[in-house]
Amino acid sequence: MGKRIGMEVAVAVAEAVGLCNIDMAAVYPITPQSHIAEHLSDLVADGRIDAEFVTVESEHSAMSAVIGASGTGARSYTATSSQGLMYMHELLPIASAMRLPICMAIANRAVSGPLNILNDHTDIMPQRDSGWISIFVENGQEAIDMSIMSFKIAEHKDVMLPVNVNIDGFQLTHMVEPFEMPTQEEVNQFLPPFVPHATLHPSKPVTMGAFAMSDYFAEIMKAKDEALKNSKKVILDVWNEWGKLFGRKYQPVETYKIEDADVLMLTMGSMGETAQIAIDELRAKGVKAGLVKLRLWRPFPLAEIKAVLKNAKKLIVTDRAISFGGPGGPVFSEVKSALYAEAKRPLIYNYIYGLGGRDMAVKDFTGMFEKVLADTTNQEADTYEFWGVRE
Amino acid sequence: MALKTWKELPIGCVVSEPGSASEYHTGSWRSQRPVWNDTKCIKCGICYVYCPEGCIQQSEDGFFQANLDYCKGCGICAHECWPHAISMVEEG
Repeated sequence: MGKRIGMEVAVAVAEAVGLCNIDMAAVYPITPQSHIAEHLSDLVADGRIDAEFVTVESEHSAMSAVIGASGTGARSYTATSSQGLMYMHELLPIASAMRLPICMAIANRAVSGPLNILNDHTDIMPQRDSGWISIFVENGQEAIDMSIMSFKIAEHKDVMLPVNVNIDGFQLTHMVEPFEMPTQEEVNQFLPPFVPHATLHPSKPVTMGAFAMSDYFAEIMKAKDEALKNSKKVILDVWNEWGKLFGRKYQPVETYKIEDADVLMLTMGSMGETAQIAIDELRAKGVKAGLVKLRLWRPFPLAEIKAVLKNAKKLIVTDRAISFGGPGGPVFSEVKSALYAEAKRPLIYNYIYGLGGRDMAVKDFTGMFEKVLADTTNQEADTYEFWGVRE
Repeated sequence: MALKTWKELPIGCVVSEPGSASEYHTGSWRSQRPVWNDTKCIKCGICYVYCPEGCIQQSEDGFFQANLDYCKGCGICAHECWPHAISMVEEG
């Protein structure tokens, strides 16, 4: 069992990655990810880990550098946020198509404009279709655990896909939290050496990222889609193994007091903890409220979502991003589409909230439940609303 | 060359055989082909120099022709040929 310590989450993520025997990291600092970049750089400069820290001039270069390094067989890591992630965008589908198991932390932050450095999910949502495994964490302990596990998932021979771990900026990255940090020996035992599916080496020349025309492109996209869907089995295996080793069990969809609930709420990321307190307050008042937390965003856990929502009458889906001019928030449209063919499905309400770091208190979550319960004629179902916006 | 199914693709579409690009016949893209008029050709080799595909060859008699397995029919040779010895002819 690792030591119980208190540390800033971003620094702890860098410490955790430092335990993973990485060969290289190329990280361009950007608020609120900067402390990951700085601390990883310290670990290399102080000789605490034997890795290359490539000081790149941009996030586009950072992702290019980790793609190249991963292609040579190096365990490669990067981290970014917001505009940096947007700047990496064109390279993300290339990393997944080349099946390079790069691991990346995203300190989620609002995308400009206007410029805003605070937390929401508007940076990761435009990357949804990049073909990466995408995981959301709720607290610092999860950020550490998922960062370490991401290497094992990504590098598994049946996966070979890049993984991003989404850590809410400031609300998680800059918190000082108590957690258990696994020891170097524990991580060494957990994480096998990286065995690449192919490497760039002069003695055995290969071409990676070659050209493909219309006669092959669809087959390549199909293969990538199947690979991402099939990765779920490995993700569950790795999470189960972690649970046995460290006692912290993770599931793609977690539930809290849903068994007899009349109304459920679905959250993704750090807001789950506040929403959980709201559930307790509502339960104390006799309201049968329950919570569903979505941890795995890609591959989307369709079967698990259907299973936990099958008895719900009303469901509140919360989103920290909006698809402008579309059906609502991205989580909402995903959940709604998952339930479309089900014989029994809940009425769904969508609240877009916590944008650009807007504080969300327990009363905001209880307020959502109260609003939905007051909608006895179901007028507001199947629509979306900006929660708390000034009219 | 039989096209592979999605299940037969190598992981990450890594190309492990050096020089395998020659198996891909870009000539299938062509809608027009270059035809040399050897009575106008002065054997200057401008067509050979400008061909972006590198598919123009010089015969033993000094005249030029395109390897139609790879010629995409771009017409650069005909455009650059200053004695106007090359014409682009529609493929049937």
